[in-house]
Amino acid sequence: MPAPSDDVLIERKKLKVGVETVSNQQSTDFPGHWPGESHEWDLNHFKNNMRIEFNHEHANKLDLTFSLIGIDTSLANALRRILISEVPTLAIEDVFIYQNTSIIQDEVLAHRLGLVPLRGNRDALRWLRWYQKDEEVPDHEPKSDENCVRLSLNIECRWKEGGLEKTKQGVTDPDELYENHNVYARDFSFEPWERQTEKFGDDGVRSSHPDILVAKMRPGQHIELLMHAFKGIGQDHAKFSPVATATYRLLPTIDILKPIVGADAKKFARCFPKGVIRLDKVTSEDASAHEECAGKEGDAKAVVDNPSLDTVSRECLRHPEFVDKVKLGRMRDHFIFRIESTGQWDSDELFLESIRLLKVKAARIKRGLRRIDALVQ
Amino acid sequence: MAAKPIIQGQEFPVITPTSIKDIDEIPVSIDQERVHVLPGSTKTAASFQFDGEDHTLGNALRYIIMKNPDVEFCGYSIPHPSEAKMNIRIQSYDDADVFDILEKGLQDLMDMCDVVTEKFTIAREEFHSNKMQS
Repeated sequence: MPAPSDDVLIERKKLKVGVETVSNQQSTDFPGHWPGESHEWDLNHFKNNMRIEFNHEHANKLDLTFSLIGIDTSLANALRRILISEVPTLAIEDVFIYQNTSIIQDEVLAHRLGLVPLRGNRDALRWLRWYQKDEEVPDHEPKSDENCVRLSLNIECRWKEGGLEKTKQGVTDPDELYENHNVYARDFSFEPWERQTEKFGDDGVRSSHPDILVAKMRPGQHIELLMHAFKGIGQDHAKFSPVATATYRLLPTIDILKPIVGADAKKFARCFPKGVIRLDKVTSEDASAHEECAGKEGDAKAVVDNPSLDTVSRECLRHPEFVDKVKLGRMRDHFIFRIESTGQWDSDELFLESIRLLKVKAARIKRGLRRIDALVQ
Repeated sequence: MAAKPIIQGQEFPVITPTSIKDIDEIPVSIDQERVHVLPGSTKTAASFQFDGEDHTLGNALRYIIMKNPDVEFCGYSIPHPSEAKMNIRIQSYDDADVFDILEKGLQDLMDMCDVVTEKFTIAREEFHSNKMQS
């Protein structure tokens, strides 16, 4: 049986997007699916066909877009799931409130504090251990400098000098009247203990977004509290998730089956976001090759420019003039991955960590697997 | 949270974040306790149960095991959404041992992770050096 041509292989990898249906979603690269083809797992084949291309990285290194090409959905999805729920991060877990006379209730305040993303020296964060919080276990690991980061917040709202007089004059802008009426994440102070002073250095542990508004106060109100931050995973609570989003989408494909020319071409381009369709001129070759182009030399002709910008809105399928002229789809093995970190780790570090954790998962099952020969008799 | 087996009076979560220290810090006995072979299994057709695993490992492992030509069938399921358990069923052709198949699947998955890490690191370096030049 002849090996399938490249065109056939590409066609197999395309999800077909119809007006109201999506078909050909399932992977078929398994032994026994296609007669006469192997599809057996082959590391070298994977090595040769898998590609990663970086597309965009924000200057702060927190927002990263890259393409993962030549990999199955089950693996891309495993990495995405690990990024969201299994990469450990540090977040505030215990809050000890000594004074809170603001209008925001203790438990609401504590919840808000927990959601504040933290950052600090990466090596020190790596050095931190997992804290097993379970008071019922008698000899559970105690809180120590190795698993607990302490932060404090002590802030009181006061009248500014001359603020009272200003109120009498009818000024209502709180910025002019009060001091500390907004409590921000930048007001946290790091309370290092033992080895933490040296490990975390001068910057200490602070919020990765200092402008997060935690509470609002009025003169005379006072918040005084101590926070304990631990390492945890997103599976336990979303505050431990290292990413704001970790998503992927499949690369859209647009196949123009018959030439779309003239006014239709402009209309066609407007069915897509900017940059997806380009308008070229009909050449003399086009004019002789296709009847649709005959005598229309120099007119506009729709050409696919950058399909990755498409949102696959399927707008072009609504218009009768494009029926049977265009086919929409998506490449099943081309993932446009986007990782937006909350700030504790850089996005590229997070992705590498997610691969490492997947490998650890497999390694742990492998070493836990005992051949139960008695059972197999 | 996942169910926690008690070992030597100390509790360990089934899914221990391992980024903190090495995997060797987690006792092997924990992993041995959470991998089960379900009753009725034979050498060529077995169901395994992994405590504390979910679709993350389930689907990836299913895919890679299905790539093995000795495998007649492989599927996984989460029997109940509120129990952190994942079942995987493997049936093999001829006399192929399902334990070998599962071990090979896990090894292939680990090899694949190494390739992705390597490719990602190279792509990152290229991207950064191109950025420097432009």
